[in-house]
Amino acid sequence: MSEKLVQIEHLRQYFPVGGFGKNKKYVQAVDDVSFYINKGETLGLVGESGCGKTTTGRSLLRLYEPTGGRFVFDDEVVFDVEKKIWANMLPYRKRMQIVFQDPYASLDPRMTVGDIVGEAIDTHKLAANKQERYDIIIEMLRRVGLNSEHANRYPHEFSGGQRQRVGIARALAVNPEFIVCDEPISALDVSIQAQVINMFEELQQDMGLTYLFIAHDLSVVKHISNRIGVMYLGRMVEMADSYELTFNPMHPYTKSLISAIPIADPKIARESKRIILEGDVPSPLNPPSGCRFRTRCPYADERCAAETPEWKEVSTGHYCACHHLDKCN
Amino acid sequence: MGKYLVDIKNERLSFFTPAGEVKALNDVTIHLEEGEVLGIVGESGSGKSVTAYSLMGLTAHPGKLLGGTLEFNGHHVENMTEKEMRKIRGNEISIIFQDPMTSLNPVYTVGNQIEEVIRLHTDKNKAEAKARAKELLELVGINEPEKRLKQYPHELSGGMRQRIMIAIALACEPKLLIADEPTTALDVTIQAQILELMMELKEKLGMAIIMITHDLGVVASMCDKIAVMYAGRIVEYGETDDIFYNPQHMYTKGLIRSMPRLDTTEHEKLVPIEGTPVDMLNPPAGCPFAPRCDAAMKICLNQMPPQTDLEGCHYTKCWMIQKEQFEAQKGEA
Repeated sequence: MSEKLVQIEHLRQYFPVGGFGKNKKYVQAVDDVSFYINKGETLGLVGESGCGKTTTGRSLLRLYEPTGGRFVFDDEVVFDVEKKIWANMLPYRKRMQIVFQDPYASLDPRMTVGDIVGEAIDTHKLAANKQERYDIIIEMLRRVGLNSEHANRYPHEFSGGQRQRVGIARALAVNPEFIVCDEPISALDVSIQAQVINMFEELQQDMGLTYLFIAHDLSVVKHISNRIGVMYLGRMVEMADSYELTFNPMHPYTKSLISAIPIADPKIARESKRIILEGDVPSPLNPPSGCRFRTRCPYADERCAAETPEWKEVSTGHYCACHHLDKCN
Repeated sequence: MGKYLVDIKNERLSFFTPAGEVKALNDVTIHLEEGEVLGIVGESGSGKSVTAYSLMGLTAHPGKLLGGTLEFNGHHVENMTEKEMRKIRGNEISIIFQDPMTSLNPVYTVGNQIEEVIRLHTDKNKAEAKARAKELLELVGINEPEKRLKQYPHELSGGMRQRIMIAIALACEPKLLIADEPTTALDVTIQAQILELMMELKEKLGMAIIMITHDLGVVASMCDKIAVMYAGRIVEYGETDDIFYNPQHMYTKGLIRSMPRLDTTEHEKLVPIEGTPVDMLNPPAGCPFAPRCDAAMKICLNQMPPQTDLEGCHYTKCWMIQKEQFEAQKGEA
């Protein structure tokens, strides 16, 4: 199973934020990000707020108009900014779906749950008649652990965990191949998170789904993903198999990120030494030259300011962008 | 055992909402000694913030304290007037809120807000208050304090604002600091900075901390004791090690099992707690966790379990544990 379903090359996403003509300013939300996802695989994306992980997911689905890059989905070019190829998205929308972070904001409060799930079925004309449409809706609700009674209710009648299930049912309704999960569990209570994580895993097995799983909680991402990519200020800094990444991180940012996560085990927590990063994340409006992590990196020198570190394969399947790998390992 | 710094006994508190009475706290008992760190864990709506707020006399309408005693440092908080409360609030007892974005006043400079606390509670004059404010910013690890004092909250990052909140809270060297999810709104690397800072300051100033959080990872590294709350009750209480290595209540066990861990080498299936949190308007008659509990018995559905004391300060409220202990005692006799 090493067939690449999603291939993204040099994705760039800039947002204009004022100024005119030459002085126009841009937020470089995503800059030169490349990765691939195999069929049936889960790629996790982690990073702090503002690092561009959500933007990456949304640009892929063209919820934003990408500034640069190329996206190949199942050997078909979806967009190629340099060659000005922009495929009609409608057939692709049936194959790629998204689950949003906030289940309180992403469901239309004036639509019943049945209509929310059914809307995509109507758009893509997947049902021949009303009965068939109803059957699909009920089947989807059943899949996510809800039942047919729920179809006639409105979102406000549900708890956070149930709403997120509705959001997932909506994504599943068109029988997609690829789902972008944008922080789908961050808004849920701890005891509910595990239910939703398990459901994502079961659905993947049953339906052969491919996920791009975006979250800021590395423990969750490690649990669900085959491979993990770490982003910092719009760039990918490291990518590897999830166990390789958590036990053998190479990039100084990944190292500090992992050590900063509090472990729920008092004995280990007391012994472990944290690498505390100084300062805050710089503004993406005016990112540091060269390596973007250099302002907080303990190993930074002139070279880091002058050159952008190359994205290279350090060992099989383990990619990293840093000038001083030998120094920090 | 001497006198406790905090001694909450059998606190009952309800919110009288248009939809009915919400029993936010039922029979909550908490002790805290000087210099101790207590973690209160639980999901949203379990009453962890309400407990801490009521100790500061911050129970908002339509909340009402219905019973129990709240003693802090010799004061009986439940009988104090607002005027008396104001004297100790910010002085002997302080709080840091969850969201540093909304807890600072946007139209005053940072310096202004820190000096306000100092001038309210001490007889320092303006210049002395300013000097103290600068000292406090240095204490919480903010560089260029002179410049920061003149800035407004919107000019600062989230981590910086939380440091300012801590500086304000510590202005009068309180005996107790309540931290209500102090790092939930922050990124992990910033969270690590803030937690480190809090522990450092605790050592330096010798204050006690009540840490309210839903993150088991945070309490594991910081707290001496942990109270696990569910639906307005403390279902288990004990030393940090008791809670993590010898949990008794099914809810505590479930919480620990349902969290993915970063340090496992194999893919383990998570064991979620099934069901949904309690509807606090119509709580079940017996143990609130019974509808979600795998081991629930008939009695669990009808009657609230009593407190079962285990080793040391460790206790839990569960019929199963009660039964086990009863049988063990009978065997001995």
